[in-house]
Parts: sequence; structure tokens; C-alpha cells
Amino acid sequence: MLKTSPFHPRTSVLVRAQTWRRWAGYQMASAYDPHPDREYACIRNSAALIDVSPLYKYRIAGRDAMRLLDRMITRDMTKLKPGQVYYTPWCDGEGKVIDDGTVSRLDDQTYRFTSADSSLRWLQMNAVGMDVRIEDISEAVGTLSIQGPLSRAVLSQVSSANLSGLKYFRLVESKVRDIPVSISRTGYTGDLGYEIWVDAARALALWDALIEAGTPYGLAPAGVWALDIARIEAGLIMMDVDYFSAHHALIEQRKSTPYEINLGWAVSAGKGPFNGRRALAEERHRGAAWGFVGLEVEWDSFERLYAAHGLPPQISNIAWRASAPVYAGGRQVGYATSGCWSPLLKQSLALAHLRAPHFAPGTRVELETTVEHRRERASAVVRKLPFFDPERKKS
Amino acid sequence: MSARYDAIVVGGGHNGLVTAAYLARGGKKTLVLERRPMIGGAAVTEEIFPGFKFSVFSYVVSLLRPEIIRDLELPRHGLQILPLESTVTPLDDGDYLASWSDPDETRRELCRHSTRDADAAVVFGRLMHHMAMAVKPILGMVPPDPTSLSPGDLAGLLKLGGHFRSLGPERFHALHKLMTMSSADYLDEWFEFDALKATKSASGIIGTFLGPRSPGTAYVLLHHYMGELDGAFRAWGFHKGGTGAISETIANAARAHGAEIRTDASVARVLVRHGRATGVALENGDEIAANVVVSGLDPRLTFTRLVDPKDLPTALTEGVRHFKFRGSSGKVNLALAGLPDFTCMPGVGPHLRGAISISPSVDYLERAYDDAKYGEFSEHPYMDIVIPSMIDPEMAPPGKHVMSIFVQYAPYHLNGGWTDAKREAFGDAVVKTLARYAPNIESLILHRQVLTPDDIQRITGLSEGNIFQGELALQQLFFLRPVPEWAKYRTPIHGYWQCGAGTHPGGGIMGASGRLAAREILRATA
Repeated sequence: MLKTSPFHPRTSVLVRAQTWRRWAGYQMASAYDPHPDREYACIRNSAALIDVSPLYKYRIAGRDAMRLLDRMITRDMTKLKPGQVYYTPWCDGEGKVIDDGTVSRLDDQTYRFTSADSSLRWLQMNAVGMDVRIEDISEAVGTLSIQGPLSRAVLSQVSSANLSGLKYFRLVESKVRDIPVSISRTGYTGDLGYEIWVDAARALALWDALIEAGTPYGLAPAGVWALDIARIEAGLIMMDVDYFSAHHALIEQRKSTPYEINLGWAVSAGKGPFNGRRALAEERHRGAAWGFVGLEVEWDSFERLYAAHGLPPQISNIAWRASAPVYAGGRQVGYATSGCWSPLLKQSLALAHLRAPHFAPGTRVELETTVEHRRERASAVVRKLPFFDPERKKS
Repeated sequence: MSARYDAIVVGGGHNGLVTAAYLARGGKKTLVLERRPMIGGAAVTEEIFPGFKFSVFSYVVSLLRPEIIRDLELPRHGLQILPLESTVTPLDDGDYLASWSDPDETRRELCRHSTRDADAAVVFGRLMHHMAMAVKPILGMVPPDPTSLSPGDLAGLLKLGGHFRSLGPERFHALHKLMTMSSADYLDEWFEFDALKATKSASGIIGTFLGPRSPGTAYVLLHHYMGELDGAFRAWGFHKGGTGAISETIANAARAHGAEIRTDASVARVLVRHGRATGVALENGDEIAANVVVSGLDPRLTFTRLVDPKDLPTALTEGVRHFKFRGSSGKVNLALAGLPDFTCMPGVGPHLRGAISISPSVDYLERAYDDAKYGEFSEHPYMDIVIPSMIDPEMAPPGKHVMSIFVQYAPYHLNGGWTDAKREAFGDAVVKTLARYAPNIESLILHRQVLTPDDIQRITGLSEGNIFQGELALQQLFFLRPVPEWAKYRTPIHGYWQCGAGTHPGGGIMGASGRLAAREILRATA
């Protein structure tokens, strides 16, 4: 049996077409409607409520908590203030990315650490000899993400937290109605949004309070299909879809450094010792062999491939997750790993790994696509990520 | 004379704005002059009642051309079209007919009424797909004149002929039927369930002074399927912030390319010297010079008000005089304290996020037309209802709602003319009709705005309140729109052009007329 999230009693009755998927061993809604159009629209137009409880979560406390995390992640933990959140990758000794997630500093010596994959062993291995308590709170804590331009308006109906004062990647301990929660200004959509962390025992009350307060604002539950489109528009990477964890990769070529997956910005050049420091310093000096970029498919070229068969272009309203070769000058120069039609940008988008020098913005490449059972190539242009970056995300 | 412009666009409706954006993009120093304090023409959002925003006239985006979205990079300038997913027709026996965004759900619903129709709908959809593919190229072409021997026209006709030959006999015959039959007759060949035929045929009568049994109405059915070809672009939908926001989006694109847009700038007339347009004179007496003047207004205003008809050939002025406007629809906008409760689908549900169509039977629609034929508004009108605040919650205060009701028929030429009392009586008929299906509606109304064709003309300038700048009837389409020989956006006055929906292909928030006009102007002035 797959695990179910603390919100399952509420979400399960809403999944009309029984469209479920697995996420970290959990049974989660792909969509509540038969297709994700409206749920996606809520993320960009009003507010969407997304159950992200399958994230692995750890509470890390003690005198050496900061030292442990600083040894693990690529960002400089000494600069993370209480109430602040980092998004960060972490690497093995060779500088290859194991996973990416968030580190929240709850108070002086307490942190919340989230990851896509189970991280207990890696945390314990890095904590040898340190005065630190590592607690796996993955199942004890439920997480609801409320995302969209009206998310703040909804949340402020039920919480006295100073939300307009809560800056991007900051968090606050507060309440929703009488339910103790932690609210972070984070998300996986590239929009204005918050993630609410709650004791699993109070999860249903939190869901009910948000649905009740949010309905007049157009809030609706959204599933992973809608989230997947939003995260591609936002250029946010996904482990085991866009890159392989160094702990999972069966062959060396499948591993990536942060520089190769567009996370070079999150590698501190000045911080003290951490896993992969030497390898990453060398790569920074040398320049990465691969880049992770956005591709915008040129519509006219795409339309022509279909018109040749007397068809209008066929477009899915669900993002794809597969490897598609990318060519330049007739030779393969990389591969795309996920993509979607963006209902907002009215463009076919993809996330792709390209070899140097082909990842420079504006470079023209070709993306393989199957049209009427034939492999074809559509013209595409390399774009810097994110594709979509609204002001409200940080304002 | 003040600063000189390459081009002045008269009228800041969506087609005028599209033309201006393309001209500016083509390097022309372009000025848009709008009479009202806001741009948009019939695509405007106004806060008629405090806190409630209304798409006052046109209320959905229909067939906005994907090439315009791309060329003008509209997503970058604020385009956000939201799904409008369902249509529900309440029936007189307390039941309903629904079509949902999911094909299986729609099929199951149709089977409740007729399994045969559910089967037919699949094959009908396939035929309509082919018909829409057949007609689509026409939307993007400057209409060639079949009586002309000029190389451009011949090339266009040849292309068109080749295109039609490529359809094969079966599809060509189907297309011919579609172009000539009434929607009721055409649908009779396919379906048996009356409410289904009525709801489908309703789309064929919108904006025309015709009933579902009038020949020529079948063609308009196609428009819905045309939207599906461009499904990814969501050519049919609700624009965030209402239709005014889409005008703003196009205006943003125009400004980004350097166009200047002035509101409260009413053009009195186009200045013509020696058969050539030299600029415009405003109502306030200012004169602005330009090499090109483009009218986004309807053909009547373009040829009889902005210029002196004596500068024009008689054939043209006669053609314009006979061009059919005769607005046939009105609009009722409601501010609501809560949501309507439909007897056929009680409570709050997904049906409130889509269209509600008051079209229970073909007879119902035809009777509504009968009233109008003899100069009265329909006592029981056809209505296309949407609740924009269910799709974009920012259209109304939280928990409250706005309702947009498109109403047909409301003839411009009403017996005794429109008066305040007649307007209110019309509004009452609409609310009373709606109350038959949603009895709580009257108790929810906080504010009611009733717009007759007379009001539409007064506020937007659209002659006789016709929402398409002239009926979309076969004798007024393609190379006949607005009049033969002047269907290519030109006028007999050198440098004076037309770009409104009164030109090919016209109708809806499509922008195709504006784009084609700009293309012709840019080509002529290159």
C-alpha cells in the first residue's frame, strides 16, 4: 500500500477521475478535475491549495546544528538568520548533486530541513562527532502550499501573522485560526505563495480553515499536474526528472554538479569546508561542461510539422517528463528532460541540458518531437530561466 | 498643425489597437485617438457599481488570432485568458443539458437524453473540424475580388480555388450546405434532442437579426469549432480583468512599439485634400496631420460621418446605406449579493463557472425572434449568461458576484423607439425569464445595468448597436464586407483606410481585421 498524506481524507473525496500518482511513496492527486486546466489557472490567477506533504522533513537541533548543515549544503549557513529560509543543493565529495531542498532556521539552534529523497542516513553520516539531534518529522508534519496572486489575501483572513512584512524566503511561527503553524514564503510555482507547516494531527482543521476562507477568493485544490506546469514555467528543477541524485545514478555520466543544473548561484565561493568544495572550486574555475537552460519552441516551425500532415498542432495540457534529444548544426548537443505547453505564455517550453557553448541564451537549436509517428525536429531558442518571473513573487 | 504622424487610427477599439500595434511595430509613428475616456470600444471593463467590475459589452474572448498573440507578444503585455469550460442549458421540465470540458463526462450527459445524439456528436465534431480547417485560411487572407482580373486578386482566387479543390467533394458539399442552410435545418440532419439543437444553433444567431430557422445561420456554428483548432491558445475564454483588460494588453503592446494613445480625443472628421487624407480634425478644433488615417469605426461612420460622402463613388455610399446593422441584442449586467441557485442544478457547482444558455428549444428561440421581427423585444429571450467573478474572483468583492447576460432579441428598431421605460421593461423581462430557472435571482440583485442596442450605439458609437459593426450575414462577408470592391481595407480616398470589424473577417474579439488592415497599409506604404 502507498502511504497517504495527513490531508488525504479531504483530498481523496475531491479527485473526480481517480487520477492518482506516486510521489515519494505517497498516493497523491494528479488532478482533482479530469484535467488540470482550471487548477493551473488558480495558481496564476487566484490561489491554489497544494498538498506537498510527501516532502521529507527533518528537525535538526543542537549546538552543532549549524555546523552540520554548513558541512552539507553548498550555501553559507553562517549567514542564515533566524526566520530565514535557504533553497540549496547538497553534494557528495566529488561535487555531484545528491538532492535539493530547503533549510529553515526556526530559532537560534533549530532548523527544518526538507528534501525530495530520504536524507536521514546522509544527515547522520555528516553529523558524526557533533552535538546535534536529528529527528525525522516527515510523517509528523503536514505541508500545504498556498500559491497564487491571492494567496496572501486568503491567508490573512485566517492568520494574524504579518504577511505583507514576510519577505521572500522568510518564515514566521503563527496560527491559522487556533492551529499552530509555521508559515514560510516559499513554493514551487514561481508565484506569490506560502507553505504552511502543521502538526499532522491538526492537518484537517488547517485544510478546512483555508478552504473556507479561500473559496470567496477563488481558491481551489490543485494537483501535481498543475504544479508541474507552474514549476517548469518557473524553471524549477526536479530530482530524478531533470537530474539524477548522485546517490541514485547508476553511471557517472548521470551525475551533475550544481553548475550543470543552473544552481551555481547557490554555491558559496567563500564559505568554509563543505562536501564537494574542492571539486566545485575547480569546476568554477574551469567552467561547466553542461548548462541547464530553458528552450522555447518556435511555434511556426512546430505548426509546420503538423500542417504537413493536414493536422493542427497537437498539444497536451499535461507536462511531459521524458528525455528528448536536442540538436544544433545537425549534431546532438544535449537533451531536454521535461516540458509543457504554457497556458500563460502561450508557448511550448522545455528544460534542457546542453553542452557548452550551446547553452548561451539566444542560441538556436532543434528539439526532437514525434509528429504522426515520425521523429521530427522543431526549431527552438535557448532562454535563461525562469521563463516566468512575476513581480508579485517577491513583492 | 501639430506633430506629424505616419498614421492616425481613429477609434481605440480592439481592432484599432491591433492595427496601431502592427503599424508601430512596422516602424510607423502611430497615434490612436479614442473618443471615450477609456480605450477598448466595446471591449471595456468598468466599475459600474462600487467594487463590481463589468465587461460592459463584449464579455468573452472569441477567436483572438494566435498569430496576433505571437506577433505582438501579448503574454508579455498582460494576456491571461482563463478557461470557460462548460455550457448548461436549463430545461423547462426541471432537467438540464450540459456540456463539460471532459469529453467522457459530456458524452455520458448526452446519453441521458439521446445515445444516438452522443454518437452523432463525435462524427459531427470530426466534420466540423474539417470544415473549420477549410475555412481557417480565409480568416487570414485579404479577400480577393472574384470579378477582378488584377494579378493580386487572381493569385488569391487561384490559391482559394486550389484550397477548396483539395477538400474533396464530400467536404466541399458539406461546406456548401453549411454556408447556405439554417442552423436548425442543418442540425436536424444530425441530432434529435431539441435542446441540444437549440443550444448549438444559438451560436448561429448571435449578433444577427435572424432566427435559428433563417438560412445562412449554419455557417456561424463553425466559429466554435474554429476556436478548438486554436485550442492551445484558448481562443475562447474569459480574460482576467474582463474584456477591458485585453484591450489594455493590446494597447501595452502598441505602446511598447512606440504608438501613442490618446483618450478623450474625439475625431470630428478626416481631413481630405485633392482626394487624399492629410490628417484629422478633432471635436475641439485641433488638427493633426498624418500620411495615413485608419478608421476603426464601422462602415457607416467610416464612410458617411468621418468623411464627406460626396468625396466617394455613389456605388460605395449606396452599398454602405444598404449595409445591414439592425442591432438585435442587448446586455444586462448584474451585481449580485450571492450566487444564483438554479432549480435544475441546485447549489454551487462547476456549472456556475461556465456559460448558462437559456435556449430550451428551437421553438423557444424562433419565438423569441418572432417578437423581434415585428418590432418588439423578446418576452422570453435567448440568453447567454456567465458569472465572471466565478472565474476571476477579483471582478467582485469576495463572496459577491457579477453576472453578464447577453440577451437576444432586442431590436434596435423597436416599435415606438427605446425609452427609459422600455429599457426597464426589457430588463424586467430578462430577470423574469432568468427567475424561471433560478428563482432566487431577484433577491440577489444589488445593481442592474440594462443596455439596449440604442444604449450600445450611444455609448460605443456602434451604428444601430450592432456588436459586429454590421451583421455577419453571408451577403456581408468576405469580398462583400463591407461593400464589393472595397473589401480590402482601402477606401477611394488615398491614404484613408478601414480596419474595424465591418471589414473581413469581422466579429468577436478576434483582431483579424485589424491585423490584415495593418498588413495592407504597411505593404502599400513600404
